[in-house]
Amino acid sequence: MATQPPPPRRVAALLLVLVAFASASASDSAARADLVVTRADRRVDLTSHIVRVLTSLKVENIGPEAVSQVLLAFPNVQAKNLAAIRAFGTEGKVKGPSTALPIEVVQPSGVPPELTFFSASLSKALEKGKTLHLDVLTVFTHSLQPFPEEITQAESQLVVYQDSAHYLSPYPVKVQTLSIRLPGGRVESYTKYPNTKLAESELKYGPFEDRPPFSYSPMVVHFENNNPFAVAKEVIREIEISHWGNVQITEHYNIAHGGAKLKGEFSRIDYQSRPYVRGVSSFRHLIARLPPRAHSIYYRDEIGNISTSHLWSDSKKTQLEVEPRFPLFGGWQTTFTIGYGLPLQDFVFNSDGKRFLNITFGSPVEEILIENLIVKVALPEGSKDIEVSVPFPVKQWQEVKYSHLDISGRPVVVLEKPDVIPEHNLYFQVHYRFNNISLLREPMMLITGFFLLFIACIVYMRTDLSISKNSPSYLAKVQWDEVQNIIQQIQAIFEQCLALHDKLEASLRDLSRSGDVQSCKAARKAADAQFKELAKELKPLLTSLHSSPQSFQIWPKVEDLVAKERELQEKLMARHSTVVDSFEKKLRGQDVENRIATQQQKVAALRQEVESLLEYISEII
Amino acid sequence: MAEPGSSTAAAGDGGGRLRNAFGGVLCAFTLLLIGVLAFSIRLFSVIKYESVIHEFDPYFNFRVTQFLSKNGIYEFWNWFDDRTWYPLGRVIGGTVYPGLTLTAGTLWWLLNSLNIPLSVETVCVFTAPIFSANASWATYLLTKEAKGTGAGLMAATILAMVPSYISRSVAGSYDNEAVAIFALIFTFYLYVKTLNTGSLFYATLNALSYFYMVCSWGGYTFIINLIPMHVLLCIVTGRYSSRLYIAFAPLVILGTLLAALVPVVGFNAVMTSEHFASFLVFIILHVVALVYYIKGLLTPRLFKVAMTLVISVGLAVCFAVVAILIALVASSPTKGWSGRSLSLLDPTYASKYIPIIASVSEHQPPTWPSYFMDINVLAFLIPAGIISCFLPLSDASSFMVLYLVTAAYFSGVMVRLMLVLAPAACILSGIALSEAFNVLTRSIKCQLAKLFDDSPAASGDSSAESSSASTASTNSAKNENRSEKTKTIPKEKPSKNRKKEREVAESVPVKHKKEKKLLVLPMEASAMGILLLIVLGGFYVVHCVWAAAEAYSAPSIVLTSRSHDGLHVFDDFREAYAWLSHNTDVDDKVASWWDYGYQTTAMANRTVIVDNNTWNNTHIATVGTAMSSPEKVAWEIFNSLDVKYVLVVFGGLVGYPSDDINKFLWMVRIGGGVFPHIKEPDYLRDGNYRVDAQATPTMLNCLMYKLCYYRFVETDGKGFDRVRGYEIGKKHFKLTHFEEVFTTHHWMVRIYKLKPQKNRVRGKLKKLKSGSKTSSTIAAGRNKNPWQ
Repeated sequence: MATQPPPPRRVAALLLVLVAFASASASDSAARADLVVTRADRRVDLTSHIVRVLTSLKVENIGPEAVSQVLLAFPNVQAKNLAAIRAFGTEGKVKGPSTALPIEVVQPSGVPPELTFFSASLSKALEKGKTLHLDVLTVFTHSLQPFPEEITQAESQLVVYQDSAHYLSPYPVKVQTLSIRLPGGRVESYTKYPNTKLAESELKYGPFEDRPPFSYSPMVVHFENNNPFAVAKEVIREIEISHWGNVQITEHYNIAHGGAKLKGEFSRIDYQSRPYVRGVSSFRHLIARLPPRAHSIYYRDEIGNISTSHLWSDSKKTQLEVEPRFPLFGGWQTTFTIGYGLPLQDFVFNSDGKRFLNITFGSPVEEILIENLIVKVALPEGSKDIEVSVPFPVKQWQEVKYSHLDISGRPVVVLEKPDVIPEHNLYFQVHYRFNNISLLREPMMLITGFFLLFIACIVYMRTDLSISKNSPSYLAKVQWDEVQNIIQQIQAIFEQCLALHDKLEASLRDLSRSGDVQSCKAARKAADAQFKELAKELKPLLTSLHSSPQSFQIWPKVEDLVAKERELQEKLMARHSTVVDSFEKKLRGQDVENRIATQQQKVAALRQEVESLLEYISEII
Repeated sequence: MAEPGSSTAAAGDGGGRLRNAFGGVLCAFTLLLIGVLAFSIRLFSVIKYESVIHEFDPYFNFRVTQFLSKNGIYEFWNWFDDRTWYPLGRVIGGTVYPGLTLTAGTLWWLLNSLNIPLSVETVCVFTAPIFSANASWATYLLTKEAKGTGAGLMAATILAMVPSYISRSVAGSYDNEAVAIFALIFTFYLYVKTLNTGSLFYATLNALSYFYMVCSWGGYTFIINLIPMHVLLCIVTGRYSSRLYIAFAPLVILGTLLAALVPVVGFNAVMTSEHFASFLVFIILHVVALVYYIKGLLTPRLFKVAMTLVISVGLAVCFAVVAILIALVASSPTKGWSGRSLSLLDPTYASKYIPIIASVSEHQPPTWPSYFMDINVLAFLIPAGIISCFLPLSDASSFMVLYLVTAAYFSGVMVRLMLVLAPAACILSGIALSEAFNVLTRSIKCQLAKLFDDSPAASGDSSAESSSASTASTNSAKNENRSEKTKTIPKEKPSKNRKKEREVAESVPVKHKKEKKLLVLPMEASAMGILLLIVLGGFYVVHCVWAAAEAYSAPSIVLTSRSHDGLHVFDDFREAYAWLSHNTDVDDKVASWWDYGYQTTAMANRTVIVDNNTWNNTHIATVGTAMSSPEKVAWEIFNSLDVKYVLVVFGGLVGYPSDDINKFLWMVRIGGGVFPHIKEPDYLRDGNYRVDAQATPTMLNCLMYKLCYYRFVETDGKGFDRVRGYEIGKKHFKLTHFEEVFTTHHWMVRIYKLKPQKNRVRGKLKKLKSGSKTSSTIAAGRNKNPWQ
């Protein structure tokens, strides 16, 4: 055989020695003296890269005293890869409702140090002669060693699994079996014992009968396993609660293929033309099961969006298939980020004045081993009395995060746990107090900010902020303001003048219609008086304008305007009187027209000039 | 009677003020909308693709900004980048225009100190759109100085969506030009503002704005040459004034001092000939100022005498100075001009002497269609704008014309400088459109008033005089008309003369707008004109939106193609860069053609040999030589450079035309420019570049060919190249010194690893040794490998 498997024979040998020693030394611990395992069935699942061992034990108390705990033993090499252990006990013969038993590490006296002991505490002590059904689920990581450690693109991946054919227990075991489920495909080799049977993808050992305590007989199976060995070196899972109605989850993955490393070239043509032959050991996508009603899902890495992903959703779940930028061969790694929002009411609840977040701990990606998981729960700003309850031991501390206009920062609960497997996808709770008024803090802050900005603008526009009150530019500005003021007054006066002119014209029209000479005359008189009044008003303004040094630009125009207007007035009056005169003398229309024609033109021209001057001045201001 | 009259007048005055205030608010609101338009039209790339940095240079700027935001400003100035130009490295702080980086860095810092957690990337992506909004506001200010508010608004609107500028400032196009165009326009605005006001305050601001421009872009030389040209123009046309002096003299002194503070410019600000024009004009300006001063002191006769004296002496001195200058300039190798500037003056310069400049597509002269593509209908509006700048010609409007003319010249030299032309084109078109609308709407206004007057006049007397009633008096005219109508019934009764009289009396108030009547066009013509202008503007808007959405929104690192079964995304570049960054060692060196240098350092974080900052021609030529050499020689060159991976871009499988095979001739040319054993004709068959069966053996054996087409024939059995459109020449071959380590999904990027040196077999040791010695001496003798 070309590929000669098990390298770690040495460990097994050592274990054997140890077991011999252990059984030789008098095992007098009270805890394990009186129990007998009447039947032990172990089922090992090797289909994925996470090894799950389900051990069904039937334990009988044959001693005189009631026993309240059952010991479970693992060799240290296995124990260090142990990610999760759970035990469910049912007393009596009938399979009743099983209860989860608390499990803790113990170190009984007089046992070899190469073994790690766990003790499952029974809820009710096992009386003499009673039987207990105990189901122990143990999950191991890193237990499948790729062998060979480096393969080419075309080869499939072979792994080695080591265990004991006999159930390692501090108690004598009467009957036991071991069945190992393999993923199918080639089985390179396996340790053969008398009762060994390989059928399809199932390897069976046993039944073995009447083994003493600590019996250990190493077995090794070397087989093909091409399932994705997705190992995340680190996953950071950020959960951010917003009481505006959203729980935002962002997960940063750093994923590697944990199987046999790729050696030699990676040829795309081989991979593309025969993907299931050339590149069978690689995986190209992962599936994440997100909670239902997940929205705004994104999938990207540090250099942008990754366009290869698919999403299905129904009322029960949201399934996201993410495909990294490139297929992952052994030893290759990549990073990416998945983010999604969840409706608040599905995950945050109220209970007697406190709120709590109830959400799963692990990553939603299927069959992924996370070597280090950091969960950060960012609570809204102003949360108090924070308590965390997690169903398994984690390292936890608090941080403060500043985001979106925070002032005091958001409290962040950080939970860290190594070796997280899908079995850890349990719900955990974060309890906290939060007042809804705090929600309005940031909007109010924005409103106040803008309000102050506008106030500042108004104040700036309305107040005089110049430092020096006698600098030339300041004086010039003040003078210019004065000039503007005066000009505006002058403009108003001229507007009135023009209005008066119009009135005079109107009176002429009235005359032509009604022939009422007297009223026309009266109108002229009134206009005359008003003109005089306006001229009086104008005079001080003009003098002050003339004296102002800033008016050099505008003064000639104003002067011009005044002169033109006066002329216009005179002409208008003259014409008015002419028309009225001719009316009184009952002259013919033709004659009247002849008489006033020249005047008419002049008036029109003047009026136009005056208006353009006015326009010009208003443009300057 | 007096009181109501005065009160109405007061009301009219108040109404005017209100109208002014309303106009101000409307103007501000329009400007706000223009800003929103300028910002949002550039978001097509984010909506259609994603919020990502585009193209090549922006990746470098992004990386620098990341460094700045992480390490602070002092680290940034002293940054020696050892991840590029291996083994030389690059002093980033001293060779980069820091304006853009500092702007985005400040923006990011500001946002983060307000606890708004935006990533550096997001800030970088949106810097360009923000600054295009600023640029359109600056355009408003500049045009307003020349031709008033209306033209300003028009020009700002046009600039907000001019395709030429959009091409450089879509969201994600994080390049120097994005902020530089704003700085350019704003500097011009401050110059014109100083020219109009003569205020030293604006002159100082102008120098600061010029400093910002120098920080931002190498194109600042355009400013420092254009403004002196304008000053000279003003002096020559007899427009010298103290305002001109204030506008120019502080700019030269302060501006040059400030420019010298920017490390990348440094003493270039006084030593290269690009800046000499400003100093020359500075001297001339002082001479002219002195002449004007003396003219004021002396009597005309005395002045004439002094003039002749000074001119004779002055000419002699001038000749001497000019001779010295010419001698100085001629003694320097490039005549004191940098290559890029020289190719501006002599368009054929670059292609003759510097292949590395000529190889960049944006340094090519533009074609006519590209003018239409980039400035569209503005090209037709510009002449009208120039004409209206001459009616009347002011300092500001002459500046606009000069700006346009010079920019048009430069845009004809390099496609890239179309960007400088765009603001000028927008300003002049804005002026043209605004003037046209002004004339047309005014005539329509007058005509409308006439129409209102005519309808009653038709029933009564059809006097032409009453037609040109002013709009202000339209209402009163209407009232008059109504009263007139009532009068028409007893019309027969009054005597003839009365009627005449009334007609005379009536015609008086409406006569005064005679002057404006001269500019009035016929109603139909002006309505038609407005309609046509609106259609023209509509075309422009449609074109701009199309350009923004389709032509210029692609980020170029992600390609998409629409086929019958939907959208297909080609994300190969990032696939390759991601692979490099995760699956190679941090200190591995990656060799590729220089185009991909910036992206490799920014996205893959790996050391590259050459990048887009083409400062070392020899180094680029080395890579070019390696790519065009046979495998073994290339391996030696790359190995001597400590290269571990070679990256090539290959489009033959999916038909991506800008791949390395199409760029290969430039590698040969640039390589051959330094290492003469690479000869371009060796790669050409009868002057044609081809890689099919007729290709030369040199071509078919060079590294680039082999790396691109390695095992390509196995895809379809024939080796049909979809870019070149034929089957490749050499189909089956093996690589001896390189091994394929990664090829992306669509084969667009292929990464090869240099195989390690083989162990020497003991028996052959001696022979090999002597063999390698001779080969190495040969290599050294032929200068194949510059590192030996």
